[in-house]
Amino acid sequence: MIYEEVTAGSRARRTLSGAARLVLELRIDGPLVVGLALIAAYGLVVLYSASGQSLATVLRTAARLLLGAIAMLLLARVNPNFLRRSTPWLYVAGCVLLVIVAAVGHIGMGAQRWLDLGLFRFQPSELMKLAVPMMCAWYMHERPLPVSSSALAVLSVLIVLPVGLVAVQPDLGTAALIMIGGALVIVLAGLRVRVMLALLGLAAAAAWFGWSFMHDYQRRRVLTFLNPQTDPLGAGYHIIQSQIAIGSGGVFGKGWMNGSQAQLQFLPERSTDFIFAVIGEEFGLLGLLLLLLLYMFVAGRAIYLATQTQDTYARLLGGSIALTFFVYVFINAGMVTGLLPVVGVPLPLVSYGGSSVVTLLAGFGILMALYSRRKLIGS
Amino acid sequence: MPAVRIKDHWREQRLFDQRAVVCAVIMGLATVALVARLFVLQVTKHDYYSELSQGNRVRTEPIPAARGLILDRSGEVIAGDQPAYQLELVPEEVPDVGKTLASLVELELIRAEDVNEIERTIASSRTFDSVPIRLRMSDEDVARFAVRRFEFPGLDIKTRQTRWYPNGNLAVHALGYVGAISEQDLKHIDRAAYAGTSLIGKLGVESTYETRLHGTNGYHEVLVNAQGRSVDRQGAFVPILHTKGPTAGDDLLLSIDLKVQRVAENALAGHRGAVVALDPNTGDVIALVSLPGFDPTMFGRGITSAEYGLLQSDIDHPLFNRALRGTYPPGSTVKPVIALAGLTYHVVDPEAHKYCAGEFHLPGSSRIFHEYHNERHGSVNLDDAIARSCDVYFYGLADVLGVDRISTFMAPFGFGKVTGIDIGGEKPGILPSREWKLKAFAKPADQAWFPGETVNFGIGQGYLTVTPLQLAHYASIIATRGKIWQPRLVGAYRDPRSGEIHHLAPVSEGEITGVADEDWQRVVHGMIGVTQRGTAAAIGLHAPYVFAGKTGTAQVFSVAQNEKYVASQVSERLRDHSWFIAFAPADHPRIALAVLQENGGAGASAAAPIARKVLDAYLLDADGKVKPQT
Repeated sequence: MIYEEVTAGSRARRTLSGAARLVLELRIDGPLVVGLALIAAYGLVVLYSASGQSLATVLRTAARLLLGAIAMLLLARVNPNFLRRSTPWLYVAGCVLLVIVAAVGHIGMGAQRWLDLGLFRFQPSELMKLAVPMMCAWYMHERPLPVSSSALAVLSVLIVLPVGLVAVQPDLGTAALIMIGGALVIVLAGLRVRVMLALLGLAAAAAWFGWSFMHDYQRRRVLTFLNPQTDPLGAGYHIIQSQIAIGSGGVFGKGWMNGSQAQLQFLPERSTDFIFAVIGEEFGLLGLLLLLLLYMFVAGRAIYLATQTQDTYARLLGGSIALTFFVYVFINAGMVTGLLPVVGVPLPLVSYGGSSVVTLLAGFGILMALYSRRKLIGS
Repeated sequence: MPAVRIKDHWREQRLFDQRAVVCAVIMGLATVALVARLFVLQVTKHDYYSELSQGNRVRTEPIPAARGLILDRSGEVIAGDQPAYQLELVPEEVPDVGKTLASLVELELIRAEDVNEIERTIASSRTFDSVPIRLRMSDEDVARFAVRRFEFPGLDIKTRQTRWYPNGNLAVHALGYVGAISEQDLKHIDRAAYAGTSLIGKLGVESTYETRLHGTNGYHEVLVNAQGRSVDRQGAFVPILHTKGPTAGDDLLLSIDLKVQRVAENALAGHRGAVVALDPNTGDVIALVSLPGFDPTMFGRGITSAEYGLLQSDIDHPLFNRALRGTYPPGSTVKPVIALAGLTYHVVDPEAHKYCAGEFHLPGSSRIFHEYHNERHGSVNLDDAIARSCDVYFYGLADVLGVDRISTFMAPFGFGKVTGIDIGGEKPGILPSREWKLKAFAKPADQAWFPGETVNFGIGQGYLTVTPLQLAHYASIIATRGKIWQPRLVGAYRDPRSGEIHHLAPVSEGEITGVADEDWQRVVHGMIGVTQRGTAAAIGLHAPYVFAGKTGTAQVFSVAQNEKYVASQVSERLRDHSWFIAFAPADHPRIALAVLQENGGAGASAAAPIARKVLDAYLLDADGKVKPQT
């Protein structure tokens, strides 16, 4: 297949402004990058307040964003063909690393997730967030769509293997996100609606079956997970305090660095998983709507870019990256506002800590690489 | 294997686009759900969550109001507030609690046996809370700690307000005391108003005037974080926190004259007894003594059970307020009112002489009533009978009057009912009558009134019992020739901020009617005779003012209830109680009093000299001249 660079030899080049030339040179998508940058900037402003005015935290996060941006820019320049061809190797390497983590992993956060690489600690599960959808897209690349039953079986194995390795770490949140990334590829690959419904029914039956075999205390644990308000001092404390924070913020918020819930530490995990509540408290409904608007813009733009790519691998992978981004946002916001159970999912680009920022931006880098080197069919 | 499917790029592109659109729609719907949820939280239920967040961060801490002072009539402080020192420890600031406590034991600031208890208290406290580990430090303790202060990070001396009684025991039975608020107290106070208050009036003036003394507590709001720790800011701005200052309680101005009170207490010191001195023209209490007393300060600082046990088991009952609650037969001190009854009912000719041979034969009975100490007064008229306290004369007079008339006549003088003084616990004593006896006794045989009982009534023995306060009240009624004023300890209160003094009007309870002026004069003349030529002539000698009095001697037969006396004390405690009532100057009285000395013997020898000292203290200036009336 022939890839032709959009920019090469274009006459338009001479009439473009410097910034646009830079965008073309870097093979990035201007609107997407601007959207991401706005979210990141907004996030840093909020983080300064949420961390209790810790400049160090803000600088560390800015450094991570910078690292992610570099990864994004580098990946945006990678040839998609190369990316596709190396996908199986990346996937295998990721799985091997997960096994190593399980075996000799550094103990961090009470669970084995890290590989200490001397300079920094590397979380193979983060790598798998990208490697799994890449692998699924790779598998479907040469196969006809919609996905067939045999392909579905293979894809399931490809997804479940790393998800299982991550889940035993145990890091259920990340495992779920990896699974979603892979599952979205299957959905975009045209999995039939009735199969989807059948799978959902199967899951419900399994849940009911498991429930009937559970002890009372286990049921209570599940119920608390689903409805934390029943345990106001334990699991429910987080969600109750975050709802107070958001609700008391009202339409206009209490003002930057003036949210009592956040500043007086009533809100737990205020700079990490629950930073959404800090925005709600300090900037109110308007602040949250602005944030959601930015997220929608980025997700929408990403989906648009995915639809503009021209081979199966690119479409499936790009679509998965775009949708996963939104799923992250929705899970975090849903959890903080009490719509969903509490699971440890950070708010993309805003929450402090973790290597997720780098992964996320790397994913967008790949998306832009896929978009910027479209096959020029018929033009 | 089905036929190999060929990739159809256009179809696949369409399929993907279709799926992408569906996903985008789902995304949109999810966002709408999220926004709806935010709308519920931030708009619909905003007020609810605002309140919750406010409740989360602001804690209201009470500021106790300063308790009002209690002053005597000349402004001398009887009860005030004083800071007490205590040693407090903030656990998180102490590097090694065990070592610190050990050093404090070495310094003798805490006792070795208390260390475990203190460690437990510290362990159960939040690490940033200040934990009191030693209360009631003396100045010396404070000094000892102060010089080594630098060795004890996290420890500090804190002050708190306690009640302070500079004169110790003085007037304690009028004053009462304050103590820690008990379960019992909580039932009848407004808990909200007492948040932050640690002491409450338990007895006496401190209790009666609790509301006035207590004042109004203030509060200040403090910002607290999730750990309950007080912090001074939140993020960028210092929030608006409300503070309401406390309003100090009013100062009370007692009618008590501490100078007179001191003289009275000193005069009675070493004995059990009571002195009550009133201003007959207002009911103002000039002195109210009940001995022995106790130090009220120890209740305010927290009395130990050992200390309290000691007070309770004391054979002299220091906690017992004899002035208000001790009921005794009045003895001959009732003779003036009996005489007045005789005159008013016209059953006696004041000038007629009767012969006293030391015995009285009740007509129609074989029973013989004897003169006290078997004296013989010879021929006496009413004046002599009062002055020399002739029992035989009053046996006869009582017999002629009869119990009904005596009882009816005496009732307005305050016998058998409480005087209504402005402190609690007063006992009414007993004014016997036929009706009373009917109620008081169960057996029909005991319920009838016997003539012999009337005879004893006439000299204040038998069923009749009074408190020292009642007798002082009675003396003041005679002094004013029938004016009745309710006794009171608090004459005025002072607003501590403006210094404005509000005087309380004396409470009149009317006057005795139907008694002729010359009859009052006759009885008063007899009482003056007591101090000039009668039973108390010795103490009336050289008095620069004319005063009226009456001695009394009450036989002891009911005091020794349920008590195990040490053998050597028995005889002393079975001696007669000694009474003296008086008022002075006789024509324009400014003070009326009653003195009781338990087991003091005859009234003239024990109680009367004390009364003279009290009268002198009140009426005379430093040069021994009668002070002009103010």
